[in-house]
Amino acid sequence: MELSLATRAVGEHTVLEVGGEVDVYTAPRLRERLLELIDGGARRVVVDLGRVDFLDSTGLGVLVGALKRLRSAGGSFALVCDKEPLLKIFRITALDQVFPLHPTVDAAISADPTGAGA
Amino acid sequence: MMATVKLSFSPAPVHVRTARLVGVAVARRAGVREDLLDEVRLAIGEACTRAVALHRQYGLADPVLVEMSDNGAYSVRVVDRAPIEAGIGLAALPPDELAKESLSEDALTTGVGFALLAGFVEDLQVRPVEEGVGTEVRMVWPVGRS
Repeated sequence: MELSLATRAVGEHTVLEVGGEVDVYTAPRLRERLLELIDGGARRVVVDLGRVDFLDSTGLGVLVGALKRLRSAGGSFALVCDKEPLLKIFRITALDQVFPLHPTVDAAISADPTGAGA
Repeated sequence: MMATVKLSFSPAPVHVRTARLVGVAVARRAGVREDLLDEVRLAIGEACTRAVALHRQYGLADPVLVEMSDNGAYSVRVVDRAPIEAGIGLAALPPDELAKESLSEDALTTGVGFALLAGFVEDLQVRPVEEGVGTEVRMVWPVGRS
């Protein structure tokens, strides 16, 4: 399935819903969208991977890039993921220790250490 | 009887998905267990992504070769034509390295790609090709049938 991207605001958070396949071909579009959001002033970003059915190292690289960019801008970045195959990818790469990972968007927002939880 | 499927593709990201789809279709046909197919898909994708990245880095137009064979086990070879010294190395990165500002996205992606290959493929070999320049990533999975 092709990559799909949809953005919505939840309080002060920007939620980016990602669906389909995030790979070496589609990851540049995800990077572009995240940069647009951050350059447009979004500082509390939650990426919902709930409808992602494939994620590779390129996609993970893009997500880490967004995390670093937001941290250095004093913002926050969290991921929503509850699918075991994807969680396994985060564990194997040790990125589960880098990203805040939450099972739902609500959980990600209320756990945001920069506050403004809904 | 041993069955072989070979796929050769121009080193462009758009074709990596095709390689994954073919790789999983042949794996299923060979009798690889259903619960391993996600890992097969990811590993073939990572090996091809790595090969495409190397060809682009070195400006090589040569195709990337993927050879799948079913000879009592399911084995997949992904062959690139990049200089060997570039192809091998880079172990999995520890978490504090991954989050470092100084680590470039490309270096991170390469490290994470290797971590995924090593983590998902029990029988993995990365070695120089026998003829000419390049590296082959060889992955083997058991097949379920008796």
